Amino acid sequence: MSFTVGLLVVTFLASLAGLGLFIWSMASGLFGPESAASRVIFGAKEIGLAEEPAAENLGQQNELQETMNRTGHTGEFAVLTEAEVDERLAQDASGKWPVLLCIGFAVAWLVLASVFGLISSIKLHAPDWLADQAWLTFGRIRPAHLNAVGYGWCSLAAFGVSLWLMPRLLRTPLVGGKTAAAGATLWGLGVTAGVTAILTGYSTGLEWLEFPWQCDVPMVIGGTLMGVSLLRTLRNRTVEHLYVSVWYIAAGLLWLPILITVANWPGIHFGVQQAAMNWWYGHNVLGLWFTPIGLAAIYYFIPKVLGKPIHSYNLSLVGFWTLAFFYSQVGGHHLIGGPVPGWIISLSIVQSMMMLVPVTAVAINQHRTSWGHLGALRYSPTLRFVVIGGMMYTLASVQGSLEALRVVNTVTHFTHFTVAHAHLGLYGFFSMVMFGSIYFMLPRVLDWEWPSRGLITAHFWLVIGGFAIYFVGLSIGGWLQGRAMLDASRPFIDSVVITKPYLLVRTIGGSLMTLGHLVFALHVGLMLTRRGAARRGPTLLRTRSYTPSLPTVAIGGTVA
Amino acid sequence: MSREAQVDITRLIAGALSIVTFSIVVLVVMPYFLTKSSTVPAKPAPYTSAQQTGRSVYIANGCIYCHSQQPRDPSIAPDQKRGWGRPSVPADYVHDQPHLLGTMRTGPDLFNIAVRQPSRDWHLGHLYQPRAYTAQSIMPAYPFLFDVKKGPAEPGERVVLLPPGTAPAGTRVVARAEAEALVDYLLSLDHTYPVRPPSSARGTP
Repeated sequence: MSFTVGLLVVTFLASLAGLGLFIWSMASGLFGPESAASRVIFGAKEIGLAEEPAAENLGQQNELQETMNRTGHTGEFAVLTEAEVDERLAQDASGKWPVLLCIGFAVAWLVLASVFGLISSIKLHAPDWLADQAWLTFGRIRPAHLNAVGYGWCSLAAFGVSLWLMPRLLRTPLVGGKTAAAGATLWGLGVTAGVTAILTGYSTGLEWLEFPWQCDVPMVIGGTLMGVSLLRTLRNRTVEHLYVSVWYIAAGLLWLPILITVANWPGIHFGVQQAAMNWWYGHNVLGLWFTPIGLAAIYYFIPKVLGKPIHSYNLSLVGFWTLAFFYSQVGGHHLIGGPVPGWIISLSIVQSMMMLVPVTAVAINQHRTSWGHLGALRYSPTLRFVVIGGMMYTLASVQGSLEALRVVNTVTHFTHFTVAHAHLGLYGFFSMVMFGSIYFMLPRVLDWEWPSRGLITAHFWLVIGGFAIYFVGLSIGGWLQGRAMLDASRPFIDSVVITKPYLLVRTIGGSLMTLGHLVFALHVGLMLTRRGAARRGPTLLRTRSYTPSLPTVAIGGTVA
Repeated sequence: MSREAQVDITRLIAGALSIVTFSIVVLVVMPYFLTKSSTVPAKPAPYTSAQQTGRSVYIANGCIYCHSQQPRDPSIAPDQKRGWGRPSVPADYVHDQPHLLGTMRTGPDLFNIAVRQPSRDWHLGHLYQPRAYTAQSIMPAYPFLFDVKKGPAEPGERVVLLPPGTAPAGTRVVARAEAEALVDYLLSLDHTYPVRPPSSARGTP
C-alpha cells in the first residue's frame, strides 16, 4: 500500500512541477504576444461584429448584433474589406467537396447509429424483441451503435469541421482538396466495412477496437490523406500567429492515425497487457481526437459568432498542453480493481484528477468570453449548440475525474452510470458542438440558407430534452444498480430488476434524440437538394442588394 | 511565413509526438514487457480447439458487453461472496487473445461460471431462453444458435432439456455446433486453482 501511495505522490508532484514550469515559460513570454494571436480569426476591423449564417433573416441577425452592443460591447467596428471578403469566400469554397462529403456521410451515419442505439436500448427492457436474427442480437447491435457513432458520425463530422476551419484559421485556401475527398471516401468505406463486420459476427471483441484490422487500414490511410492535405495547408498559411484551434486540430490529426495503428496492430497484444492497451486507446481516442476537435470548434465559433476575441489566449494554450499530457494517461481508470499493475491505476487516477487543470482553463475561457452575451443564444443556433456543448464538456470532465476516485468508482464501475457518462461526453459535448458547427458551416459551404428556422428549433429541443431524460434517468438507474451490486445481502438479480424502469426511461429519451436526428438529417437533405427559399441570396456574404429594415448590418453591407 | 509561427509548428509537432510516445511507452510497451517476462504458469491450461471456437462465438455475439471476467478484491466489492471467485491475477489471462475483461455487469461476472453452473444442459437451455430459468432476467435469448425440429430425435442429435413450456409443443430443440462450442468455452471458465496472493501493487490504490 505504501508503495502505491508513494507512487501517487511522486506522480502528482511531477505533474505539478511540469505544470508550474509550463506556466512560468508562458509568463516569460516564450509563447509570443497573446492578444495578436487571439485576433487572427477576425478581419482587420471585424471585431465587434456578430456573425450567424444560420440566423433566419436580417432581423434576427440584427437582434443578435444588438445583444452584443447592449452589453457594453464597443460596437465600434467597420466590416470586412472587399479584399477580405473575396479571400474568405475563396477559403470557404476551397474545401467544398471534401467538407460536403464528410458531413453528408456523417449525417447518414448519425441516423443509422441512432437506430442501432435505439434498438439496443429497447432490447434491454424487451429482451425477446427481434431475437431471431443473429445480426440483431444485443451483443452485435450495441457495438455497431458505438462504432457507427464514434467512427461514422463523430469522426467524419470532425474531419468535415477541420477541413473547413483550417483554411479560415490559416487564411489560405485548402491545399489538396481532392486528396482530402479521397481520404474521406476511404474512411467512409472502412467504417462501412467495419460495422458490417460487427453485425455479421467478425468483431475483434475489444471495445472501441471492434473493427477487424483489415477495415482499419483504409481508415488510417484516409485519415492520413486528410491530415496531409491540412498540413500542406498549414505550410501555405498567410497568418502571423497560429490560433489555438490550429494547435488542437493539427495535433488531433497527428495523433489519430498513430492511435489507430498502435492499437490495431495484429498479433502483438495479449492478456492483461491488451487490456491496458485497450483502455489506453479507448480513452485517448476521446481525449486526443474528439476532445481536441470539439474544443477547436468551441474556440472558433463562440468568439466568431459574438465578434469578440477569447478571454485569454495563453490560458487556452495551457489548456492544450495539459490536456495532451494528462488525458493521454488516464485510460487505466477503466480497470480500477482489475488485475493490472497498481502503478497503472495510480497513474490514471492522478492524471484523471489533473485533468481538472485543462478543463478549468477551457471553462474559464468559455465563460469569460460568452458571459454577458447569453441573450445571444436566443438568436444564434450555432451559439446555442456550441455553448451548451461547452458546458457539457466541463460537466463531463469533472464527472469523469470524480468517477476515477475510488469511492465513486466502486459504485459506478460496471454499471449503466458509466454509459450515461460516456454519452455526456460524446453526445452532450461533442455532438452538440458538431451540430452547432454544421449550422454555421453549411450555409457558407453551400451558398444556401437553412430552409427552416422551425426545423432548427425542433432539432434543438428534441435532442436537448431527449438527452436530459436519457442522462438523468440512466445515471440514477446506474447508481442504484451499483449500490445493489455492492450489497452482498441482496441477490445479483436485484441489481438487474432495479434498473428496468430507468432503462425504459432511457429508451424514451433515446427516441426523442433519434427523432431530433431525423429532423436534422431531413433539414440537411433539404439544404443539399436546394429546397426552400434562398432567403438572402447566396449566403449572407454580400447583402448589398438588400434593404434591411434595421440599420446595424447595413453599415458597409458585408457580413462574413 | 513568420519565423514565430514556424517555431510554433515545430513545437506543436515535437510536443504532440513526444506526449503520445510517452503514453505509449508507459501504458502499452511497459505492460507488454512486464507481463511477457513472466513464465507461463501451469494453470490455467491452454484452451482446447473446441473451447477456442466457443470463445469466438462468445466474441461474435458480444457477451462481453454485459459480462465481465475479472472478480475484484474483497476490499473493494463482494465479488467473492457472490461466488464469482478469488481476485484474478495477470497470469490467469496468459492465453487470452483478445482479452475479455469487460467493463459492464448487466449480468454477473463469468470468470468462474463453470464452477457455479457445471451443467451443460443448464447452459444450453439458458442460452435458448434465459427467462425459463430466471424470470426477471434481461439476457437476450439466442434462438439462432438452435434448431427447432418436429418429430422424434434423430440418432446422434443432442436434444436440449428445457423446462416445460419453453419450446413450442410437439417440437424438440437441438443445439447447433456454435451453441455446443460456446458451452464448451463457458465450462472452461474455472479459475479456482491457487495463485500467489496478489501483491500490494495490484490495482487497488
